[in-house]
Amino acid sequence: MILSITYLYWLVGIILLITSGMILSDKTHTRRFSSGGFWLVYAVIFLIGDKLPPALVGALVIVMALIAGFGGVLSGKTQTLTEEARRASAKRLGNKLFIPALTIPAVTVIGTLLAKQLVFGGTPLLDPKNITLVSFGVGCIVAVLLACLLTRDTVGQSMKEARRLTEALGWAVVLPQMLGMLGLVFSDAGVGKAVAHLVTTTINMDTRLVAVVVYCVGMALFTVIMGNGFAAFPVMAGGVGVPILVGVHHANPAAMVAIGMFSGYCGTLLTPMAANFNIVPAALLELPDKNAVIKVQVPTALSILAANIALLYFMM
Amino acid sequence: MQTTVSLWPLIGVAVIIAGFLLRFNPMLVVAAAAVVTSYAAHFPPEKILAAIGTGFVKTRNLPLILLLPLAVIGLLERHGLREHAQAWISKIQSATVGRLLIVYLLLRELTAAVGLTGLGGHPQMVRPLLAPMAEGAAVTRYGKISDALRYKLRAYAAATDNVGLFFGEDIFVAFGAIVLMTTFLHEAGIDVAPLRVAAFGIPTAICAFLIHGFRLYRLDKNLDREFGYNAGKPAIGTTPPQSTDAVSDDSRGDQA
Repeated sequence: MILSITYLYWLVGIILLITSGMILSDKTHTRRFSSGGFWLVYAVIFLIGDKLPPALVGALVIVMALIAGFGGVLSGKTQTLTEEARRASAKRLGNKLFIPALTIPAVTVIGTLLAKQLVFGGTPLLDPKNITLVSFGVGCIVAVLLACLLTRDTVGQSMKEARRLTEALGWAVVLPQMLGMLGLVFSDAGVGKAVAHLVTTTINMDTRLVAVVVYCVGMALFTVIMGNGFAAFPVMAGGVGVPILVGVHHANPAAMVAIGMFSGYCGTLLTPMAANFNIVPAALLELPDKNAVIKVQVPTALSILAANIALLYFMM
Repeated sequence: MQTTVSLWPLIGVAVIIAGFLLRFNPMLVVAAAAVVTSYAAHFPPEKILAAIGTGFVKTRNLPLILLLPLAVIGLLERHGLREHAQAWISKIQSATVGRLLIVYLLLRELTAAVGLTGLGGHPQMVRPLLAPMAEGAAVTRYGKISDALRYKLRAYAAATDNVGLFFGEDIFVAFGAIVLMTTFLHEAGIDVAPLRVAAFGIPTAICAFLIHGFRLYRLDKNLDREFGYNAGKPAIGTTPPQSTDAVSDDSRGDQA
């Protein structure tokens, strides 16, 4: 029996289904139908998204965007323990509280390292294409069970907590996936080709330094737009890196690709389009300014980008 | 000018930039950009929806890392995990925000460099452990701190996790980015060993650690100056609170 990533999609779908059920039946919720409906649609896409016609899924995605865009996804009132109770519990449980939290990374690492050994009857236990994610999922399940044992609480309560945090994050949960989808649509529609065309036809890159700056800054800027260095890489490396840096200026190809990708990562630090790294943490940490994480990262990103330009210029 | 390249799809990029600058809801902006881009590429309406649907189903792996740990993290928070993380760090006298984050940056970058990217992350490490510890370290050293400073410290914790991950993982030979780069070069007719690509990432990885580490060191110095803190003496006008009092300052983080 192979643990494939599909089971994790089903698990998330079931958790979202429970969340939406709790919201729909919560009479104190001010937007119970629109919020509950939003999570219900998301649950359906996780459970059977690959079986539905793509155009129907596309329509559902538009519906989700409209619900979220017009303020339909709001948090309900959920019960939490009082602060005194939490402090008393922290005192009683002490460092034991760390155990389930650290179980997630521990199981992820063990799974990643042992994946090659975990083969039963010729079938690998963990989906070989998604070893880290599947190990991470197993880690989360083990951690919930451990946490229930240690705190003498129930799996039902953990579902209530999942609902509380999912609602607190709101539509920000869906944003990384929306942006991932947009990246695929962009590349389908030829946005990358258009950008490379603009850059190479408008800037004269006969000077070595100009070519290096265009390539590194271009990687960063294009990553800011796409939200993902991987999407920007083929465009800039194909448009500028190989033909001009390697072809004209005889750059070392390994240095060109490695430092180009890192320049893209500087862009990732700067953009709301990289939602899972910048916007979701702001929501998770309950920061009033959704761009607070990006603002902290700006000086680091720009300094590393300057360092990259210098490194590539002198190493290539 | 070649005429084969259409510049019309760039209008989607314009929609994104305008939407974010005008602060429309990002979900709406992204959906609109996807529709406009595919329309500009002359996709018929049915194909526009299909492109969005296919892309959305293909990227279902992205939110897993956020959604799966919520149940256990929420349960542990209910039983005082964040309060305990703050109390725990306040027992370490030499801990400051900057030092804590520099140690985390180093560990995150080194573990990512050997492929152990799962050791950190915002939902499972930054929210329940690192951010409360950063706040706890500041409260122990400076006494009561403002909400604005709390938010700043949390943002620093998140940023440190990002920097450590990004500039560590790319020097791990088996990481997807290295595969992407060598495959790309191979298709362009250039063959390079993955190890060489990884090796050329090391100078940037070191620069990233030095640059961000220096900023964290400066953060400590600036906070010391702001609170009038001198080593060995408590901050002017305040006495360091007991760890339990320090914890009570963070009640507001857990409102429903």
